[in-house]
Amino acid sequence: MRESGRSRVLWIIATALILIWTVFPILWIVMLSFKQPGEIGNAPKFLPRDWTWENYRTVFSTDLFTSALINSIGISLIATFVGVVFATLVAYAIARLDFPGKKIILSFALAIAMFPVVSLVGPLFNLWRDIGLYDTWPGLIIPYISFALPLAIWTLSAFFREIPWEMEQAAQVDGATTWQAFRKVIVPLAAPGVFTAAILTFFFCWNDFVFGISLTSTGNARPVPAALAFFTGESQFEQPTTAICAAAVVVTIPVVVIVLLFQRRIVAGLTSGAVKG
Amino acid sequence: MAAITMKNIVKEYGDGFKAVRDVSLDVQDGEFMILVGPSGCGKSTLLRMIVGLEDITSGEMRIGDRVVNQVAPRERNLSMVFQNYALYPHLTVYENIAFPLRLAKKPNEEIDRRVRETAEVLELTEHLDRKPANLSGGQRQRVAMGRAIVRQADAFLFDEPLSNLDAKLRGQMRTEISRLQRRLGVTTVYVTHDQTEAMTLGDRVAVLRKGVLQQVGSPRELYEQPVNLFVAGFIGSPSMNFLPASFDGTHLDTPLGRVPLDDPRKAEAVGDRQVVLVGIRPEDFEDAELVSAEKRQRGATVRVRVDVTEWLGNEQYAYVPYEAPADLAGQLRDLSRELDSDQLRTQAVVALDASSLITAGDEAELWIDTGKLHIFDPATGENLTRDEERVAALGRHADRAREAQRRAQQDGNGNGRPEAKAGESPSG
Repeated sequence: MRESGRSRVLWIIATALILIWTVFPILWIVMLSFKQPGEIGNAPKFLPRDWTWENYRTVFSTDLFTSALINSIGISLIATFVGVVFATLVAYAIARLDFPGKKIILSFALAIAMFPVVSLVGPLFNLWRDIGLYDTWPGLIIPYISFALPLAIWTLSAFFREIPWEMEQAAQVDGATTWQAFRKVIVPLAAPGVFTAAILTFFFCWNDFVFGISLTSTGNARPVPAALAFFTGESQFEQPTTAICAAAVVVTIPVVVIVLLFQRRIVAGLTSGAVKG
Repeated sequence: MAAITMKNIVKEYGDGFKAVRDVSLDVQDGEFMILVGPSGCGKSTLLRMIVGLEDITSGEMRIGDRVVNQVAPRERNLSMVFQNYALYPHLTVYENIAFPLRLAKKPNEEIDRRVRETAEVLELTEHLDRKPANLSGGQRQRVAMGRAIVRQADAFLFDEPLSNLDAKLRGQMRTEISRLQRRLGVTTVYVTHDQTEAMTLGDRVAVLRKGVLQQVGSPRELYEQPVNLFVAGFIGSPSMNFLPASFDGTHLDTPLGRVPLDDPRKAEAVGDRQVVLVGIRPEDFEDAELVSAEKRQRGATVRVRVDVTEWLGNEQYAYVPYEAPADLAGQLRDLSRELDSDQLRTQAVVALDASSLITAGDEAELWIDTGKLHIFDPATGENLTRDEERVAALGRHADRAREAQRRAQQDGNGNGRPEAKAGESPSG
């Protein structure tokens, strides 16, 4: 099918607009991160006057940032792993089994997803301080898991429902236990779904600010988004804008890399060819 | 290898619906058994109960000497080909076929040897590294078969394996399955709704209707000596014609004309019933002009008006509408609906020789081979004229034919068996 020239032009214009809309702020941050700290305000230009790696050296030499980076990576990975394992098991049960209370679990999960996070921060703050979870990794991992689970469960159960039940029955007839059928047939087939769920969960944890800033007080557990707010830069007499931008670029990179690496996997359905079609 | 014995098997679903009612069926060791019936007759449910994917509500299922009612599918040592093949899309053809062996923790060399042998038999060798998504329908079907025959299962179960293929491929695979089964000699249960598959593949065919077993017998027996209206109507295409008739001691008065009933055995079977259903297969009619005088004596001739003719080259069909009493017409319509054909009018389908010059709208003389007509009780549907002696003779013939076919296949193919030596099977 060939599109008419007119609609092609419209498409190109629309695409360009959206690209500018989304890419411009990111480029701006990248440019800021390469400017000299003193350049901001003095030379209002998009491109840096003198390109410099100084800001990156600054953020990586700051304890505040490096410990926050380790916290962010550790907490997000653990929360993602635990969350996805739970969600896979729950979603499988929901997609395959008929048990009383199935509806309740699903609507409960939905309710949690809709619950305003901010309203929980106060009570959690008090509770965590009483039971000693305040300013610790588990103190962040637990709320992350509970708020990421609903989304993961919904995504995964949709994926599981797509897998023909015959796959599993075939495996059982071939001599697999229920667990073997699940592990060797169902999970690999649901891999795109598991990846999607994992990435969504990871982004949720990685990007969180509210819990990060409220439930931590030191470098013990403070994640990057929260740490950025405490950033002072190298000199007290200069605005740390350029350094913050450099830090922001550093934390954005993993997100971009993950998306680029796995977008094919996320999009491609592995189930094609399983059955006639 | 093992026999499968079903005793009074019942499947009742949670909502009280009985999918299978009191079915008792023996599948002998090495036999090719077909389960056939219109959609919803319980044939697939029965198969899934054999393999263990459906619970058995009551009754006893034996494989070999073992009662398997409570045995998990993986411990029954059966292999199954699913309707949509159920190949593992993330595994290559090789790994798909190797899957049951890997689960059984066989050593790698043995797996490799057996997978390659199986691939050889099914002509899949060049596709071993491909994924199922890149295969054609027929190749996928063969992979599914490969996965089934690669280990020494006690029996093969097929659930409408050819229904997703186009007509030409279906014909080829049918012969292939038949050859493979004769050669391996493994007990096989095969579910289908396709008559041709049922008639050509099976040593014996079991006809099911609404969960009730109607008749089990060789294809020939079902065709020549059906036990009731349902089997008579289901087996054969086009279906047997059922004509309401009254009997006066010597003649049957049918809507097509008076037909003498000379056979004393059949006359006696009718007894004092006022109304019966006469069943005549389309091919038991012929254009009277083409029948020799001598042969004419052995049948009856009727004069009818032909409504439509269809000339197919090798034969031709003529349609003869007739009036039937309302209650019987209703019954016949119900029957045809149940057989998935839903015939709207009461008409007889007549198969004539292709050289017959009868055309639509003609008054024509048709000869009926009265020796082959069946008489059914309209109330119960029972075939009153089933010839038990003939049934026994057909049974003996079927046994002989089966033995001969099996020998021919096994001699012809020597050591081509993908199963290694007997007695190596994991379940012993």
